[in-house]
Formats: sequence, C-alpha cells, structure tokens
Amino acid sequence: MSTPAIELRGLRKSFGTNEVLKGIDLAVAPKHVVCLIGASGSGKSTLLRCINRLEEPTGGHVLIDGIDITHPDCDLDLVRRDIGMVFQQFNLFPHLTALGNVTLAQRKVLRRSEAEAEQVARQVLDRVGLAEKADSYPSQLSGGQQQRVAIARALAMNPKMMLFDEATSALDPELVGDVLDVMRQLASEGMTMVVVTHEMGFARRVADHVVFMDQGVVCEQGPPEQVLGDPQTPRLQQFLEQVLEH
Amino acid sequence: MNDQAPLAVQAGDLPDLYRSGQAKRRRARRNRILSYLAGIVVAAWIAATGDWATIRAKYFDLGDMREAFPDVVTIGVKNTVIYTLGAFLGGVVIGVAMMLLKRSEIRPYRWFATTYIEIFRGLPALLTILIVVFLTPIALGWQFPVVLGVDSGGTIALALVAGAYLAETLRAGIEGVPRGQVEAARSLGMTQATTTRVIVMPQAFRLVIPPLTNELVLLLKDTSLLAFVGTTTTTVELTQFGRNAFNDDFNGSVMILAGIMYLIITIPLTQLVAHLERRNKARR
Repeated sequence: MSTPAIELRGLRKSFGTNEVLKGIDLAVAPKHVVCLIGASGSGKSTLLRCINRLEEPTGGHVLIDGIDITHPDCDLDLVRRDIGMVFQQFNLFPHLTALGNVTLAQRKVLRRSEAEAEQVARQVLDRVGLAEKADSYPSQLSGGQQQRVAIARALAMNPKMMLFDEATSALDPELVGDVLDVMRQLASEGMTMVVVTHEMGFARRVADHVVFMDQGVVCEQGPPEQVLGDPQTPRLQQFLEQVLEH
Repeated sequence: MNDQAPLAVQAGDLPDLYRSGQAKRRRARRNRILSYLAGIVVAAWIAATGDWATIRAKYFDLGDMREAFPDVVTIGVKNTVIYTLGAFLGGVVIGVAMMLLKRSEIRPYRWFATTYIEIFRGLPALLTILIVVFLTPIALGWQFPVVLGVDSGGTIALALVAGAYLAETLRAGIEGVPRGQVEAARSLGMTQATTTRVIVMPQAFRLVIPPLTNELVLLLKDTSLLAFVGTTTTTVELTQFGRNAFNDDFNGSVMILAGIMYLIITIPLTQLVAHLERRNKARR
C-alpha cells in the first residue's frame, strides 16, 4: 500500500475548554477525493484547517506524504506551498486584480519571474473559465467568479493536494454549479482533494470516500453509496434526513 | 370583512383612515417655515443692534491685517506647520512602536504600551506640554534646543501625545484587515513577513489614511496650546502670534486673521478625509 497523501493520527484540537476534535484518525490516498460532511459545529472545518496547520492541533500528528508536519522544527511555509486551500469567504486580495491575485504567491513564494507567473496565471484562469476576467478586481466579480479565481490562485502553485472549506456555502444558489464543475474537473484530473461540503450530490457523485463527523469524532466513513445510501448510525440517518428534506 | 364583497378601489383613492398623512405633511412644512422665520428674526436683531463700526474696527481692521503680512505667514503659519509636521512624524514613530508592542505576544511589552497609551491619552495635552516644557529643564537642568526654527520641547510634548493616539489608530487599521486575508496568504506559503508586507500593510494603509488625516488636523489645532509656554518672537506659533498682536494694540483683527489661516489649512484636509472615506466605502 502506498503512503497516504494525508494521514491524521489521534488529531485533537481544543479552543479553551471546548474540545472540537477528539482524536481523529484518517487517511487520504493519493488522487482520492474525500468529502467531510456533518452538522455545523461537528469539527469538520477545524479538521480541514489542521491539515495545513492554519489551526494549531493541540494533540496528535498530521502527516503529509509521510512527513510529520506537526514536528516542531517543520517549516510550514514549505509544506503549505504544496497544499492549496479554498475558503468559504474566497479571501481574494481586494487590492489586486484577478491576475495579481494569481501571480502574487508565485512570485513571492516560488520566485517565478513576472512573465512566467503571468503565463501560468492566464493558464489557470482559463482552466476555471475566467481568462477574460484577468484584469478585474474582486469587487467587480460575482461570488462564483471570485471563488473560481481563488481556486486558480491555489492551482497556480502546482499543489499536490487541495483543501476546500465549504467552498460553495457563501454563494447564491445559481452560482454554485460553476464552482462545483471546476472542482469536479479537478477531481477527474486526479487531484487529491479534501472537501468540506453540504452538497450531498457532489459528495455522492465525486467522492471516493465520505466521512461523517459528529461532535468531534468520525462517526461513519466509507464509499459514498454506503455512507449516504445505507447510513448505520441514528446520527447520520437523522443528519441525512435533515439535509435531504431541503 | 371576509364576507363582504371586495370594494372596487381605484388608483388615487385613499381610505379615510390613512388621510392623517396630509396633516403630518402640513405640520412638517409649518415647522420649516417657523424655523426660517426664527433665523431671520435673530439675524435682523443682530444687524439692528450690533455696533458695526466698532466690530469692524476691532475684529476686521484690514489695515491691521495687512500689516501682519508677511510675518503671519513666514513666522506664524510656518512655525505652526513645522510644529505640526514635527510632532506628527515623531508621533508616527512612537505610534508604530507602541502599536507593535501592543500587538506583541510578550506580555510585558503589551503592558508597557498600554500604560503609555493610557497615560498620554488620559492627560490633558496642555498639562503634558507644561510638564515637558517647563518641568524638564528644571528637573534635568537641560534646555530644549531650537530645531528647524521652533522650540523642540513643544514639538516633543505634542509628539508624545500624538503617539498615543496614533498607536490606537494604526492598530485599528491593522486589525481592520480581515483574518481571512492573512490565512489565504499563509496557506499559499507566504512567510509572516511577506504577508505583512504585501497583504496586510497595503490594505491597512488604505484604511488608516482618513483617520490619520483627522489626527493631523487635530494636532494642527493642538499646536495652539503652545501659546501657553512662552515661545519667542521667532519660534511663535499662529495663535500666540495673533495674541501678541492683540496685546500690542488691543485689536483682535490679527487673531481673526490667524483663525482664517487655520481654516485655510484644515478645511481642505477635512474635505479630503470626507472624499477618501466615501471612496473607501464605495470599494467595500
């Protein structure tokens, strides 16, 4: 068996006295898409944010390609280059154009030349269907377009894996499809992805593996048809009922 | 209500219950007319009873004003501007330092900054000026030199006060940049330093320009407090310049002129702030 792209061992996270993650063990195989589902407050976003240590775990280990990045001497800036992240609120840099957003880290982190960074940027913007928006500022773009620029910004770093933190939750319903299409495309190209989502349709069709979290622990996991089609625990059954009613 | 046949209502009709809107409209109009009338009466009364010849002679003696030139500009305005800019630059240096200390993870640094900020924001600026300018030379046996043609003691006292206010203004600017901006930058592998330089600073700068300009205007006006500490005829600022002229001949015209000089500087600045704030709002 090959080394998992991401492996969590006994991951714990507390905010003060509130324990949000209570010892998570999870492995993500290379080129797999894992969807994290669960009610809000179940710890799924915190788990995702621990993978690139935007959130500092209080216990346990995070291994990326077999390297323990929770080691105190680990240079996180190097690790994060290889892990793209997409946020619920897009977090585009408002003082830069779409092109500026996508070229900045290439130049500052990867030390690419301006010409090379721009060439890569135009390529990835084209991939997310926004080649003609290169010179627009974030405030001039719709939410769906902003989120696709955010995906392009992450892709420009040639990441080995991508983390999506409720990437479509802040979007108007009619804009969700475009973003999901881009994510589906990425998955089909073999990108390793961990996706926190409320889009059960996406989880069902795209995920290789679905993880249901509840109150800081992994409650159920497995292939989507099993987890979503034949839920075993009352918690998951109740959750799916509530989600699918709408 | 439900068992009655619906009435055929035409546009332009209004049920009696809603007709009180007319009375409200009339009342608003009557109040407006009354307030105009009150204003006209007060203005007429002032015009009729004022001793205009004396007022013109004592407040608006153009000859006196003309005589004040060019000194009112070459000494008064010049020194006021130098005191202001000197104190502002000093204040920015102190403010940046205190802001960094206050945001430090090391607790004693934060305590130090908080103490400084609370003291110099809590004291009246005038008392700070008196303590620095009068007490320091006596206590330490050290005279403040004249720097750039003004008393450096006054500049330093104002800088100490401005630093406390600017520290908080700058902190608000930095903290006004959403957390997600830093997270996005760090998730791309940018270092802390790069993130601060290319993501936080440019956005914080845009946020603090309007409040910073406001502080500059406040500081400009606060330089008039230096009128209390006995500047010399060459280091005098604008307010004391006007007062000296008043003391010479008991004519206030040069004080009025000094006031006009302040407004010539402050009004464009406050207009600029209003413009920048409108623009920032439009961008969000």
